[in-house]
Amino acid sequence: MIEVELNQEELLKEFEDKIANEVKIEPRDWMPDEYRNHLIRQISQHAHSEVIGMQPEGNWISRAPSLRSKKILLAKIQDEGGHGLYLYGAAETLGVSRDQFINWLHEGKAKYASVFNYPSLNWADVGAIGWLVDGAAITNQVSLQRTSYGPYARAMVRICKEESFHQRQGYEIMWKMMEGTEDQKRMAQDALNRWWWPALMMFGPHDSESPNTGNAVKWKIKRESNDRLREKFINKTIPQAELIGLKIPDPNLKQIGEEQYAHGDIDWKEFWDVINGNGPCNQQRLEHHIQAHQDGAWVRECANAYHTKSK
Amino acid sequence: MKTKIAYYTEIADNAMVLSHRLAENSSKGPFLEEDLACSNVALDLLGMAESIYEEAAKLKADGSIGDDLAYRGSEWEYRNVLLVEQPNGDFAHLMVRQFFMDVFNYYFLAELTKSKDEFLSAVGVKSLKEVTYHLRRSSEWLVRFGKGTDESAQRAQRAINNLWRFTEELFEASEEDKQLRSEGISVDLNSVHDDWKLKVGEVFYLADLKKPENQFQLNGGKTGKHSECFGYLLAEMQYLTNAFPNAKW
Repeated sequence: MIEVELNQEELLKEFEDKIANEVKIEPRDWMPDEYRNHLIRQISQHAHSEVIGMQPEGNWISRAPSLRSKKILLAKIQDEGGHGLYLYGAAETLGVSRDQFINWLHEGKAKYASVFNYPSLNWADVGAIGWLVDGAAITNQVSLQRTSYGPYARAMVRICKEESFHQRQGYEIMWKMMEGTEDQKRMAQDALNRWWWPALMMFGPHDSESPNTGNAVKWKIKRESNDRLREKFINKTIPQAELIGLKIPDPNLKQIGEEQYAHGDIDWKEFWDVINGNGPCNQQRLEHHIQAHQDGAWVRECANAYHTKSK
Repeated sequence: MKTKIAYYTEIADNAMVLSHRLAENSSKGPFLEEDLACSNVALDLLGMAESIYEEAAKLKADGSIGDDLAYRGSEWEYRNVLLVEQPNGDFAHLMVRQFFMDVFNYYFLAELTKSKDEFLSAVGVKSLKEVTYHLRRSSEWLVRFGKGTDESAQRAQRAINNLWRFTEELFEASEEDKQLRSEGISVDLNSVHDDWKLKVGEVFYLADLKKPENQFQLNGGKTGKHSECFGYLLAEMQYLTNAFPNAKW
């Protein structure tokens, strides 16, 4: 057998040329360890976010107030779980199994989007989550359709189509409530008040404070900066709020151009508190996932045992 | 017309309540694929319930809409069988309940396609396709449980023993059902019962599972006498419509 020693420098150059020429990196291609590790962290975190994100909206499935709204909500939550599946699939192409990703989540070694650590307290929260949280996610994900890792970019194309649908459905709920009774208007404004800042925090720290941005931008994993994406989101969302009579809960919000706004200071202490496990629902969300996983252990064992016996 | 509306809502209530129980299981599945499959079945049943409630509301012709029939009743006005309202237990319990209903729905809907009522016949055609898939899935799970591990077989047998007492009610015809039989509108439940017993027996045989020794049966759902748990299901489901009766969602 002939052993070929691959020259690391040549491999790195080939990899960097691909990145420079917008050629997607595929699972069998050589890639630097740092690139692989960054993607493992980012894609699995994204997958966990989709799955944990099923919980806050799931809190309202049994109380959805009409057959249509129940159907839309359940289908939406099912879509989020489906996104989790594509993303676990994309992350597995990097050489780590879904079981391992789930173990890391349960051990607290992997994170998920902090926004899902906030509670969903009234029906309008279902609207606000779709409109704001999915809206913020799309702003980020549209740029990720051009990310350099092929399986991730392709998963994003599919996910974006569904997310933009969710965003419209969420906005429709808010719209309906703002056209409804005084109680409904109060619920809608209350939901916006509670979800606005967590949605802005979804884009992460200011660019100057973001430790992972450097390499991620160089390797074209990340195509736009946190602050730029946050700006895009608020410029798009504020006119939508105004159109239906909702007030953005930011006394320092300023209009700085045509459809351009500058937001007041974000409470970064709260941001870091929630990331570090001290949000209102961190413990509850994780325990729910662990409980379901433990309750299902015998089912997975049964399916594996049956599969082995049937071979 | 009143008789027909009652028969329509009987079918819709079964689909709606079972769908509700399945929807409660969202994000609690044993693994992601199965979690999503469960929601899928819930959505099929909810879609079926919605179309029947809407048609029943049209027949009522008093300005009510499908949601009023689904959301505004008191416990004793719902006509679903006791089986579908039974709370979720472990995954074997959920799937055995589903299997009993899938077998019932499969043969019931196959008969419904022959109904002289055009709407019901169309419901039969559309929903039979979906239920054929549901039945395949729940039958396969029963076999997996029975032949997987000792624990899975025990859990499945325990679920069968607990839920068997609610199965005969599926085949007891309500007064409205009997009245519509002569017009060729409602389904002959005796024939569905024969098919149900055969199919359940076949899957139990393949899965090494058994009918329980205790053959005692409970009923009441079809006459509005439900289980204690059903009031809680409705209290949650109707929370917003009760708290804000004038709101439109």
